[in-house]
Amino acid sequence: MSLTTEQVLRIAGLARIELADGDVEATRAKLNGIFGLIEQMQAVDTSGVEPMSHPQDVAQRLRTDVATEPDRREAFQRVAPQTEAGLYLVPKVIE
Amino acid sequence: MINASLTELRAALDAKRISSVELATLFLDRIAAHNPSLNAFITVDRDGALAAARAADARIAAGNAGPLTGIPLAHKDVFCTEGVLTTCGSKMLSNFVSPYDAHVVSLLKAAGAVNLGKTNMDEFAMGSSNENSHYGPVKNPWDTTRIPGGSSGGSAAAVAARLAPIATGTDTGGSVRQPAGHTGITGIKPTYGVVSRYGMIAYASSLDQGGAFGASAADCAQLLTAMAGFDERDSTSLERPAEDYAREIAAPANDKPLAGLRIGLPREFFAEGMAEDVRAAVEAALDQYRKLGATTVEVSLPNARLAIPAYYVIAPAEASSNLSRFDGVRYGHRAAEYRDLAEMYAKSRAEGFGAEVKRRILVGTYVLSHGYYDAYYLQAQKLRRLIAQDFQAAFRECDVIAGPTSPTTAWAIGEKTDDPVQMYLSDIYTIAVNLAGLPGLSHPCGFGGGNLPVGLQLIGDYFGEARLLGTAHQYQQATDWHLRRPA
Repeated sequence: MSLTTEQVLRIAGLARIELADGDVEATRAKLNGIFGLIEQMQAVDTSGVEPMSHPQDVAQRLRTDVATEPDRREAFQRVAPQTEAGLYLVPKVIE
Repeated sequence: MINASLTELRAALDAKRISSVELATLFLDRIAAHNPSLNAFITVDRDGALAAARAADARIAAGNAGPLTGIPLAHKDVFCTEGVLTTCGSKMLSNFVSPYDAHVVSLLKAAGAVNLGKTNMDEFAMGSSNENSHYGPVKNPWDTTRIPGGSSGGSAAAVAARLAPIATGTDTGGSVRQPAGHTGITGIKPTYGVVSRYGMIAYASSLDQGGAFGASAADCAQLLTAMAGFDERDSTSLERPAEDYAREIAAPANDKPLAGLRIGLPREFFAEGMAEDVRAAVEAALDQYRKLGATTVEVSLPNARLAIPAYYVIAPAEASSNLSRFDGVRYGHRAAEYRDLAEMYAKSRAEGFGAEVKRRILVGTYVLSHGYYDAYYLQAQKLRRLIAQDFQAAFRECDVIAGPTSPTTAWAIGEKTDDPVQMYLSDIYTIAVNLAGLPGLSHPCGFGGGNLPVGLQLIGDYFGEARLLGTAHQYQQATDWHLRRPA
């Protein structure tokens, strides 16, 4: 498999990472090297094998539906790029 | 004191031969002297360390000291530390003073340990050489033209150069064991789920696991005991009773303290690809283990060769999801100029992430995109099952598995930076352990060409940490590799 320039630009768009025009080809070449490695997986027949997401096969815990975290809005917003009146500010999205 | 074990430091503190403030000052002064050449620390917290040391001294005076009270340590910069810069090796978090402590950090604070600072690392723990840090590469204390390994290279170099007696790390594909091997120290990654991931900045959540560095297995056992334990804030934390991981650290009972121990040697790990100097050191270590009474038996891990391809699907896929939180809105870097929200995201992320992190996000985004999930992520998870089953079959014939930690000794800085795939292949012996979720340890077992350390990896069955540490301890009672220090 080999990624095209269009595919590289599409995934960069999905990943919300701006790619400078001059970096697209170098990125494509490195990604194709990585996919060359990954493709070794496809030669293995895994039909009937159960996928594994956690080594211990544990069930997700449940807890009672009560608030456990104190209000630390001020502490958390201190590290934000831009806030006002307790809100995070971003460029206008609705005209 | 610089080279003392934790047991010796504890005795000195308890007998008031040294205060915690004096001990912290000793290590802070060593950091000031040697960090400019090693670059092992991103942040040194002198004031915080001295305040914690004063509190520890008061606790010791009051007779309330625990095993780690007053002991200096360093945290990998992946662990959030309240009020202290937490960068994760990234420009993205170059201004992030964490508003909270990771679970591991709060446990060690409560134990009275003294945090000296935050150690350098590959950005977001993605790397095997520490060259992916925004804060510059860490140098290997044995040869400063060489890499210390990664991603926890700063913690490993700090312990190897005795800038800290012990340090925390994290291991997603070998990031504790591989740098421990390259810097001649001991490092352990426990069973997945043993150490809480709360406040440990996420890379690949189904693989990430906190671990411990020390000069010896005995020191690692004490640190791991203090770091481990159930935490309801981590959904994959295992509900198990607390364990003393030092319980098998014992004086040799006789000249065959490992009698009855069966060590499995995976045929695939001893095939081509291992450098001759590494092979010689590993074979000598196995001879030593046999002298201590252990027997060796050949085992097979036929699917181990698929570990690297499967890892480079699963880890980037999970990373692409985890790192989507860095969008320039709630914390971290925000671009200075943008026309709209979409451009703010794209520019902030382009500027804040380094090249390797971007590559892994792009790989992960692709394999999770519409129509590719089954062919990549699901296939990789099925291979993960096959790899884990191989280990279970092997453990029917042996108690622990041994082999090299890495195929070569530490390489030169810059040697592999242009070729990500070559870099990835250097983790060939460590990655399968993370996919299976097993505990693994690396201990020094000699030197290769250029006087560079060689690590031996011991792999245990689930929850076999105490046995791994006890086994390595018996080896370290009979050898002195773990006592060697760089010039």
